[in-house]
Amino acid sequence: MKLPYVLRLADDALILSQRLGEWTGHGPILEQDIALTNAALDHIGRARSLYQYAADLFNSLPQDEKSKAFTSVALQQIVSSGAPLTEDNLAYLRDGWDFRNVLLAERANIDWAYTVARNFFLDAFHYFYFTALVKCSDTTLSAIAEKSLKEVTYHLKWSSEWVIRLGDGTDESHSKMQEAIDETWPYTGELFQPSDYETAMQQEIGAPGLDAVRSQWIERVNAILTEATLNVPKEAWMHRGGKEGIHSEELGYMLAEMQYMQRTYPGMEW
Amino acid sequence: MIITEQQVWDWLTDVKDPEVPALSILDLGIVRRVVVEEDKVAITITPTYSGCPAMDVISISIRMALAGHGVKNVAVDMQLSPAWTTDWMTEDGKRKLKEYGIAPPNRKAFSSLGLFEEEGITCPRCDSEDTELVSRYGPTSCKALYKCNSCKEPFEHFKCH
Repeated sequence: MKLPYVLRLADDALILSQRLGEWTGHGPILEQDIALTNAALDHIGRARSLYQYAADLFNSLPQDEKSKAFTSVALQQIVSSGAPLTEDNLAYLRDGWDFRNVLLAERANIDWAYTVARNFFLDAFHYFYFTALVKCSDTTLSAIAEKSLKEVTYHLKWSSEWVIRLGDGTDESHSKMQEAIDETWPYTGELFQPSDYETAMQQEIGAPGLDAVRSQWIERVNAILTEATLNVPKEAWMHRGGKEGIHSEELGYMLAEMQYMQRTYPGMEW
Repeated sequence: MIITEQQVWDWLTDVKDPEVPALSILDLGIVRRVVVEEDKVAITITPTYSGCPAMDVISISIRMALAGHGVKNVAVDMQLSPAWTTDWMTEDGKRKLKEYGIAPPNRKAFSSLGLFEEEGITCPRCDSEDTELVSRYGPTSCKALYKCNSCKEPFEHFKCH
């Protein structure tokens, strides 16, 4: 159960990072272009630490479990050759249904307001989640959480400021920010619906309880949206599936682009 | 050849941060441990930011610097916890940063969620306190962009972290 749990944390980081990277060269002004790519770098750093740990966990599994873990033919070939999997293998050679990131992380950028809304909801989640994960009994995950928490705190400041700036800005920026918040809202429920492996890890290593994280998250979200003169969305039907590998079409396009080079030229280096 | 720990620490002063070459990795405060066992040297470093691309370069630079002193058997390990903080930067390092034109991290680092707050950062060129934040992010993870309202020059601030 620990392998899917670590992959879930790693996939959130990688997929969000790749989305933010899409803004490179397209930001509204140079400083904000740089801001998103800086944040992307923090997320990719966290993804690397987590994938290295996931690869260690995978490589210590018995052979029959290894061959059942992922459907990807490219990964199966490495496993049957007896070679250990690496962080890069997990990122570049896994198929979409073996990714366990939440749907919110793979949501397309659409425009600046949507990007800010998605980041704000995720940054606030990461902030409270990592604060709790630091206290878990797994020393590797605790150390990664401790390191990431400082970076995520900075991300949350940035995205909170943008929600307020756009919400409490002009009529146009207000309506665009409200629309982005409303349209993104149905993707936030999944963050707090525990998968089997999250529940198991809560028992086993004291991973964060999602109910407790939710109450802190909602308090923060309410405070910032109120400050931004935006309406807090009402309870709504919530999308889910990402944690179990059921993704939106958008993930497929992203993986096709991200994995192309390693799938076409295996082991290629820059 | 007999190597001492002190020698290794001395040699490490020649290893610079590739993005801020005014600073050695000792000035940055990222070297946690040096262990010497006969001809083997094990060095533990801690990353400044999770995704900092300089870390890979620094690992290679450490091996090159030690190889230059005839030490071939070098292990460089990465340790995440306790997380690096700018509080570990040496006073000498902060002075070198300022001379290099980057405002050093002068206050104690703490992670605050305070919004729209700006630190009072002193301009590294003219020492004016009349400066303003341009962007929370800069050309590298560790820096933010400021401008000085007195001498009108833009400058980088090494963020408290």
